[in-house]
Amino acid sequence: MRNKTFTRREFIHNLSFAALSGLSLSLLSSCSKEQREDFLQKHFLEMTPDEKRALVTRFEEKYLRKYNKNFRVSVQEAIPNTLWGYGLDLSRCIGCRKCVYACVEENNSSRINPQSQWIRVIRLKKGSLINLEDSEHYYDPANVPEKDFMYMPVQCQHCENPPCVKVCPVHATWKEPDGLVVVDYNWCIGCRYCIAACPYRGRLFNWRDPNVPSESWNLSVHYLGNRPRMKNVVDKCTFCIQRVRSGRYPACVEACPTGSRKFGNLLDPNSEIRYIIERKRTFRLKEDLHTEPKFYYFFEA
Amino acid sequence: MQALWGMVQETWRFYRKTLNLVFTGSKEYFLWCSFLLCIMLVGFFFYTKQVQEGLIVTNMRDQVAWGLYIANFTYLVGVAAAAVLLVVPAYIYQFGPIKEIVVLGELFAASSIVMALLFVFVDLGRLDRFWHMLPFIGSMNFPSSLLAWDVIFLNGYLFLNLVIPIYLLVMMYYGKEPNKKFIVPLILISIPWAVGIHTVTAFLYNGLSARPFWNASILAPRFLASAFCSGPAIIIIIFQIIREYTHIKIEDRALFKIAQLMSYAMFLNLFLLTSEMFKEYYSNTMHIASFKYLYEGLHGHNFLVPWIWVAMVLNFMAFFIFLLPTTRNHLSTLNLGCFFIIAGIWIEKGPGFIIPGFVPDPLGEIYEYIPNLTELMVSFGIWATGFLIFTLMMKVAIPITSGKFSHSEYEKEVKAVKTS
Amino acid sequence: MIFFLLGISVTALAKEAREEFPVPPPPFTEGIFPCSNCHASMELNQKKRALSEHTQIRLHHAETLRWCLDCHDATKRDKLRLYNGDLINFTESHRLCGECHGNVYKDWKAGLHGKRSGYFTGSGKRTYLLCVHCHDSHSPKFKQIKPESPPYTPKDKRNAK
Repeated sequence: MRNKTFTRREFIHNLSFAALSGLSLSLLSSCSKEQREDFLQKHFLEMTPDEKRALVTRFEEKYLRKYNKNFRVSVQEAIPNTLWGYGLDLSRCIGCRKCVYACVEENNSSRINPQSQWIRVIRLKKGSLINLEDSEHYYDPANVPEKDFMYMPVQCQHCENPPCVKVCPVHATWKEPDGLVVVDYNWCIGCRYCIAACPYRGRLFNWRDPNVPSESWNLSVHYLGNRPRMKNVVDKCTFCIQRVRSGRYPACVEACPTGSRKFGNLLDPNSEIRYIIERKRTFRLKEDLHTEPKFYYFFEA
Repeated sequence: MQALWGMVQETWRFYRKTLNLVFTGSKEYFLWCSFLLCIMLVGFFFYTKQVQEGLIVTNMRDQVAWGLYIANFTYLVGVAAAAVLLVVPAYIYQFGPIKEIVVLGELFAASSIVMALLFVFVDLGRLDRFWHMLPFIGSMNFPSSLLAWDVIFLNGYLFLNLVIPIYLLVMMYYGKEPNKKFIVPLILISIPWAVGIHTVTAFLYNGLSARPFWNASILAPRFLASAFCSGPAIIIIIFQIIREYTHIKIEDRALFKIAQLMSYAMFLNLFLLTSEMFKEYYSNTMHIASFKYLYEGLHGHNFLVPWIWVAMVLNFMAFFIFLLPTTRNHLSTLNLGCFFIIAGIWIEKGPGFIIPGFVPDPLGEIYEYIPNLTELMVSFGIWATGFLIFTLMMKVAIPITSGKFSHSEYEKEVKAVKTS
Repeated sequence: MIFFLLGISVTALAKEAREEFPVPPPPFTEGIFPCSNCHASMELNQKKRALSEHTQIRLHHAETLRWCLDCHDATKRDKLRLYNGDLINFTESHRLCGECHGNVYKDWKAGLHGKRSGYFTGSGKRTYLLCVHCHDSHSPKFKQIKPESPPYTPKDKRNAK
C-alpha cells in the first residue's frame, strides 16, 4: 500500500511536471525570436567576447528598429590601472544645475513623464556642515548663488563598498575593475532593493518607459551606461562610462561653468583628483557608513 | 500494466471526488467563493494595467520605493511564521486539542506564504526575469543578498508547509499511520525554519545602513514578537468560522491555549516598542526624523500619525484583553481582542514600518506616500486569492481529517454499488 | 666675479622656471589690439583719473589701491607689467594675475583650477584657458546667473501620467 502511495505521488508529480514543461515550451515557441533572445539573454559578465559582439549587433539593430536611429553601442572594458575619482569644490558650486541637465542630455534620460535626473543639487544652510535634514531640493530663486546658502550636488558616489551591490538579489549591479558601479538593464528584475540600500539617492527607477525627444538622442552609448533604458528597471550615474573610458571628462564636469567639478584617475599620482586629495581638505558624505565613496567634496574659500 | 491502469483510475477518481467536494457546498460557500473571485478579477485587471504602463500607476516613487505591496508582504510573512505556535504545542508538547487542528494551521501558513510571494511578484518591475533569481540557472546573489536568502527560506517554508500537511492528509486518506521517521524530522525542522523566515525578512531591512529607521538590532526580535501576535489571532478567528460551518470539533481549550501563548508575545512586542521609543527620544539624534514622521508628523507631513496611534491603542487594549484570564477565556472578548491585534499589528508592521523607513529620504527630502486605487485593488485581489486557496484547501482537508473523505470509505461505496 | 656668477645663475634659473602653457588667444574686443595703433601717437598722461576713452570698462578690482597703469605698461601699451617692472605679453597674462592670486595660480598651473573640458588623459593634452577667458580682469566678481529649473516633485503631473 505504501509503495502505491509513493508511486502515485510520483505519478502526480511527473504529470504536473510534464504539463508545466509542455506549457512553457508552447509559450516560448509562441514568442517572437527577439522576445526569446531577450528572455534568454545571459548575464553580461558571463558572456564571451563573441557573445558581446553579437549582443552589440542585436542591440544596434533593435534600436534602429525602435527609434529609427543608428546607435553605436560600446562594450569597452575598463582601462587597466584606473580607479575613477571625482572632486567637487563646494566653495565654487553656485547651484545653477547646468550639470543636471547636461547629464540628462548626455545620458538619454527621460525628460518629462517621467523626469529622471541622476544628479540632484541640494541647497544647504551655511553654518552647519552637511545637515541633510534641512536640505532644499526644489529651490527656484531668480538668481544663484543666494546669500547664506551653499549648494551640494549629489549623484551616485561609486562606493568602494557599495551597499547596492551587496543587496542586489540577481547580480544585476556590480563594481567594475575601474571602480564604476554599473547596472545591466537587461538583467535587473526591478525589485528596488538597491534603491532602499543606497545612502546617497544614487539610484533611480524607471517607473515607466523613458521619454526622450527623437532629436535629442545621444547616439554614442555604452551597454552599461547611457543606452536607451526600458521601464521597470533601475539606472544611475555611471561617471559617463562611455566618455571616461576614452579619456574624456564626464558631461557634468564639462558643463560646470565655475569649474567646481574635477575628475581623474585615483591611481595616477599626477591626476587632478590626487592633487586635490593631497593638497585640499576633502571629505566624503556619510563616511561613518563605511561605504568608501569616490566622490570627494572639498572647500577652498 | 494492470497495476498502472489501476493507479490511473485511482488518481482520476481522487481528483474527481476532490472537484466534487470543491464545487458542492452551501449557499454561503458559493457566495463567499464568488465574492473572492470577483475581488481577484478586479485585482488582476488592475495588475495588468500595472504591467502595461509600468509601476508609475502606483504611488511609489524614487523617494519611497516600497509601499503597500511590501508592507503586506512583511505582515504576511509574520502571519505564516505564526503557524509554529500551533506546531510546537501539538507535536512537542502533545497537547491534544491543538493536535487535531495543526494540519489545518499548517495549510493556513502555506496560504499565507503564497500571499506573501504574490505580493513580491506584483512588486517586481520585471517579473518575466524572475528566472534570474534562481540559483544555478540564474545568478542568485547568495549569500550576500538577504533577498536571495528570503527566496530560499520562503520557498522552503512553503514546501515544508505543503509536504507535511499533504503527507499527513494522504496518510489519513488511506487510514494509515504516518511514517514517523519521515515526518517528524520535517516537523522539527519547520519550527526553527518558521523563526528563520521571519528573521531573514527582518534582516532584509535591518542590514540597510542607509535607512536609520530600520538599521536597529531590535528589528528581528520585534518582528518575531509581533508575528506571534497577529498570526495566531487570525488562526483563532478562522478556526471558529471553520467550527461553525463544518462538523470538525475544535475545543475552546485549544483556542485559549493559543491566546495564552499570544499574550507573552504581545508583552514582548510592547516592551520592545518602548525600548525603541526610549532610545530615539532620549538620545535625540537626527535619526529620530523617521520616528517623528510616524508618531508626530514631520514638517507638516502627518498622514500616518492617526493610523499609528489607532494601532497603538488597539495593541494596548488587545494586550490587556489577552492578559487577563477573564477576558481571554471568553470567546466574545477574545474575538474582539483578536480583531484589535490583527488590525493593530497590520498597521504597525505594514505601512507603519515600511513607509517611515523611506521618510525622509537619504538626502532629506520628504515624499508623503499614500497608496492609490491600483495598489489597493491589487492588494485586495491577493488577499482574496489567499483566502480562496485556503478555503478550497479546507474544503478538501477537513473531510479527510474528520474521516468523511477517505479511501476506505470510497471502497465501501464501490462495494455497495457493485452488490446492489 | 662671484657676484657675477651668482647673478647669472639666478637669472638663468628664473628664466628656466617660466613654463609655457598652451592657451587659446586672449578674448580681445574686436579691433582693440594692438593698443599701440592708437597709443603710439598719443601723449603720455600718468595722472590717476577717470578716463574719457575706454568708458565701457568699469574698474572694480582693488581700484582704491591701483589703477590702469599699474597693470598696463605706460610706454609699451601692447604689454602688461609685472610688479618688478618686467613686461609680458597678453598671452601670458596669467603671470600677472598669479602675482596676487598665488594660491589659485598654483592650482591653475597644475591644470586644476577652472573649467574642465575635453580630454584629461590619452590623446588630448590638458587644456588650459587664460584667467581672462572666464574672469573679467577689470571687474572679476561673477554676476549671479539664473539657475536651471528645479526637478519636478514626485507628485507633479509632469512626472506622472
